[in-house]
Amino acid sequence: MVPTNYYIILSAILFGIGVFAFVFKRNIITIFMSIELMLNAVNLAFVAFSQAWGKLDGQVFVLFVIVVAAAEAAVGLGIIILIARNRQTLNVERVDLMKL
Amino acid sequence: MNSAIPTIADFYRVLPELLWCGFGLLAMFLQPFVRNRHFFTALAFIGALAGMAGSFLSFRNPGAGFYGLIQADAFSFFFHLLVGTVAVLVVLAAGPYLDRERLPVAEFYALLLFATAGMGVLASAQELLTAFIGLEMSSISSYILAGYRRDALKSGESAMKYFLLGSFATAFFLYGIALVYGATGTTRLDMMVDADPLGTLLKLGLSMILIGLGFKVAAAPFQIWTPDVYEGAPTPVTALFSAGPKAAAFALLLRIFATVPAATHFWFWAFWILAVLTMFAGNLGALVQTNIKRLLAYSSIAHAGYILVAFAAVTSMAKGGRSEAAVAYAAVLFYLLSYALVKLGAFTIVSQLGGAGEKNLSLDDYAGLSQRQPVVAAMLSIYLLSLLGLPVTAGFFGKFYIFKAAVNSHLLWLAVLMAINSIIGAYYYLRVIVLMYMREPSAESAAAAPVGFPLTVSVVLAVTAIGTILFGLMPNPVINFILQPTLFGH
Repeated sequence: MVPTNYYIILSAILFGIGVFAFVFKRNIITIFMSIELMLNAVNLAFVAFSQAWGKLDGQVFVLFVIVVAAAEAAVGLGIIILIARNRQTLNVERVDLMKL
Repeated sequence: MNSAIPTIADFYRVLPELLWCGFGLLAMFLQPFVRNRHFFTALAFIGALAGMAGSFLSFRNPGAGFYGLIQADAFSFFFHLLVGTVAVLVVLAAGPYLDRERLPVAEFYALLLFATAGMGVLASAQELLTAFIGLEMSSISSYILAGYRRDALKSGESAMKYFLLGSFATAFFLYGIALVYGATGTTRLDMMVDADPLGTLLKLGLSMILIGLGFKVAAAPFQIWTPDVYEGAPTPVTALFSAGPKAAAFALLLRIFATVPAATHFWFWAFWILAVLTMFAGNLGALVQTNIKRLLAYSSIAHAGYILVAFAAVTSMAKGGRSEAAVAYAAVLFYLLSYALVKLGAFTIVSQLGGAGEKNLSLDDYAGLSQRQPVVAAMLSIYLLSLLGLPVTAGFFGKFYIFKAAVNSHLLWLAVLMAINSIIGAYYYLRVIVLMYMREPSAESAAAAPVGFPLTVSVVLAVTAIGTILFGLMPNPVINFILQPTLFGH
């Protein structure tokens, strides 16, 4: 059997890639995808820990995360369409009416 | 506990949320059939009030509901009343605003009630799963509300920034929960009592939860989104953001402290640093602002910093048992209350004076306001003085209790830094008052007719101003309520 550590390390790597992409990518859709990647890293960690503890509540948590991620995606894509329509761009650096 | 059938008492414990969600759904269902805009304002008003009434029933059935998913106690009762009041006042302030901007009403109120229900869940969450659901209920509704003026470029931009950074924060919060689950084998806060405070996994998990919630309460260095989101969102929504979600996220932090001893050992220095950074980021940023909404946004960052000072006091006092920390808890709760009232009032005035399309938001538009609209200028001065922390306003006691908590737990440096920040804050609050009272209005604004204040908006201003003065004169009833030994139900 694959040890739990491996899963946790994989999930940490996925999460790290998500954070990295969130910070350095410029396209809103890509940024949004990187958030989904982070959420899936969370799911992997939950399932792995759930297996390690021999309890089911971690897997139940994953179901909630998936549902909420879907709701978030629906709203997020709506907002992205709004931006694309109003400005004809998906580059976050061009969405800069307000600055410090 | 073992039976899988919820009791009636369980449903009483979530009655406020059920009512808020129910009325929100009702507004959505009736939207195609009812044309009258006032009908929806009335419906949302009744719904928000019904939720507050429901919180009394939930308070009468204290204890853990749904097998420990939620906890009904004095603490959750306090926050249900707080977010309920915020919802009621935002409904009243938003009615005329939506009419003026020609925006649809039903969806607005539905989203507002859903967000309020989410904050209610967050305040009574006893399990990190419920906390996550509550956080997302309030956040997702907030993303839409921020972009509600969808033809305005700034509103869409505000929604996008809030959405991206908010989901980013949620991912951190979730990863933190996953690690805490890995360390303790449970997501129930009351079952983590025996958690080993030195475990690496637990420390890592708790810090990620702190990062996630730090975004939500706009603590530096996670505060960058705040001014942009506050500026771009419709002003009544900004009022909601500054009062509601922030209070609910702080409520969750407090509950984590109150139930998980391992958390308090670990978080002291984190809060010390966060508090200092946040206070300076907010106050120094506010100094250079020329837009009133941005100014108030930076001021709300600064106030989050003051509240974090009390959190540092909580963590340092918790070692001496909960009774000692009670003073610091009281400081946080009272501060959140006084601050919510003031911010609601101030943003309501800004929303009304902004005019069609929110054009008049520059500080110059407030020059000579006392000559044009003396009552409004006086009201705004009360709010600003309360933010400043002057006696006879609720803000004074809010700051006083935090100072007291900081000094009691020997955090003298933090108290000194907070005093310095209050002085910096005085500069920009007083600058607005000086503008209103000692400058001549520009020729353009002097010629314009005074902005009318409809009845509902006047009610909001009256309630918030009277509340500010009342709690400034006699804070004791509230403080005594918070100081009761069974605040957290056990």
